[in-house]
Amino acid sequence: MKILAYLETQEGAFKKNAFEAIKAARHIAELTGGEFIGATSGIDAANIQEAGKYGLETCFTLDHDALAQPNAAALAQAVSGLAEQETCQIVVFPATALGKETAPRVAVRLQAGMVADTIDIQRDGDCLVAVKPVYAGKALATVKIEAPQQVYTIRPNIFTATADSSATVSVSSFAPSLDDVATKTTVTGVTRNTGKLDVAEAEIIVSGGRGLKGPENFYLIEELARAFGAAVGASRAVVDAGWRPHAEQVGQTGKTVSPNLYVACGISGAVQHLAGMSSSKNIVAVNKDKNAPIFQVADYGVVGDVFEVLPELTRLVSETTGNKIEA
Amino acid sequence: MNILVGISRVPDTATKVAIDESGTAISAKGVKYIVNPYDEYAIEEALQLKQKHGGTVTAVTVADDGGKETLRSALAMGVDKAILVKDEQGLDSFGIAATLSELAGQDYDLVLLGRQSIDFDSFQMAGLLGELLGRPSLTVVSKLEIDGQTVKAERDIEGGKESVTSSLPCVISVQKGINDPRYPKLPDIIKAKKKPIEERAAQNLPARVTVTRMEMPPAKSGGVVLGDTADDIKELVRLLREDAKVI
Repeated sequence: MKILAYLETQEGAFKKNAFEAIKAARHIAELTGGEFIGATSGIDAANIQEAGKYGLETCFTLDHDALAQPNAAALAQAVSGLAEQETCQIVVFPATALGKETAPRVAVRLQAGMVADTIDIQRDGDCLVAVKPVYAGKALATVKIEAPQQVYTIRPNIFTATADSSATVSVSSFAPSLDDVATKTTVTGVTRNTGKLDVAEAEIIVSGGRGLKGPENFYLIEELARAFGAAVGASRAVVDAGWRPHAEQVGQTGKTVSPNLYVACGISGAVQHLAGMSSSKNIVAVNKDKNAPIFQVADYGVVGDVFEVLPELTRLVSETTGNKIEA
Repeated sequence: MNILVGISRVPDTATKVAIDESGTAISAKGVKYIVNPYDEYAIEEALQLKQKHGGTVTAVTVADDGGKETLRSALAMGVDKAILVKDEQGLDSFGIAATLSELAGQDYDLVLLGRQSIDFDSFQMAGLLGELLGRPSLTVVSKLEIDGQTVKAERDIEGGKESVTSSLPCVISVQKGINDPRYPKLPDIIKAKKKPIEERAAQNLPARVTVTRMEMPPAKSGGVVLGDTADDIKELVRLLREDAKVI
């Protein structure tokens, strides 16, 4: 069994999710007694060596002009071409904007079965089974792929990678042949919210809800987020009220997240919000209503007024982390 | 421009989930079903594109009889035609995509979808359909302009936006924020009840994936509860540092 992990890059370096994809591929290789390789684009051979620390020994660069800033159709053709050449039965993508769109296209090309947003992969007899959250995490489904070819997207922050290896990565080039569907779409530009972390990828999230009483008070959330080095999140109520952008919404109609730490401030914990964040590894809730449902999922609950608790918490966290509170 | 909008029927976001007797699905008991929230943005976008460019808007769902209710909501919003592809076997995502691609391949310039269905949250349909049809796909689109055959879109990516250009025919999944879906007025809802729904039978397609178990996530218990004094907050920071080791 051979596994191919797609390693996403940004501005010439691997993203953290690339190491998580290696970790997942390594995990599948251990379960099946197989081996794994990487495929990447937009990164030079010297920077690819970083992946050696996570145990990658073989990596292919997908070399085509259309893949410098890839669209899903082009990337899918390249990855499935490589999977066929290298006889890989399993392909792993990160569950990112790019990975989520590319993976199903690869599944069609390889006639594979696919599981999206995987949080665990286990062996069950001769088969692999994957666990994925459904209904935004209100339930967990164990899914078996019936086809021999398999594609998985993996949820960020789950297959946490540690740099425990010192492998030298052997890098080869793969020049895919792309048809005209691959070149019909062009990425013409990317704008990033500078200095802001995205809730879908962040290791720490500080979220605010209606308890903040108005958009003008969200500076309290932003300051605490800076003290933690965290992304800012928001409940559906405050996004629907126009206080915060939808990109920050956590919950069933926003983003489903699994950070290392989730700090919910002034959020009561509607079912659809809990669904989106309750798989976080550590949860802090600050709310003045001690009966708020958010406390049922909190590891650390503070029953108190956000306007009194947050400034003091921000000061102490900033002292501990050394992060500045000011923007 | 002829637009096909793929929609689905999902449990309301306020649903408290319970596992049914089979152990492989959630219980339908007491569940209120709604049109997948993201699909409402797709329907609205299709109606606005029709207003600008002419053509027709067809809504389709692959579902059991319950899908009719979902289609009635789309008809009340103003789609021209509704198709129920009756699926008694419970097709998987791939089976649904294969079913839809047969229909979409006929004479639709554009397939619009919600960015994800909030039941299985798999984000697969746009990619599957695009590849099956041999057409471009653009996902999580929050701004869309179509001029002739040229498609210009903005899509949400991690920590920002990506601008893309592509061309018709293609498959697009839309994100909340692209528009404000209209609320159908009562007369439209009543009229929609009388409009025809075309029924077709879904093909039997072998499943590529099967759910072998469905369970509730592990329940949390024994959380620490603190007050709001300076000492409590100091204790919280200590716990985060020494106990949870997150800072």
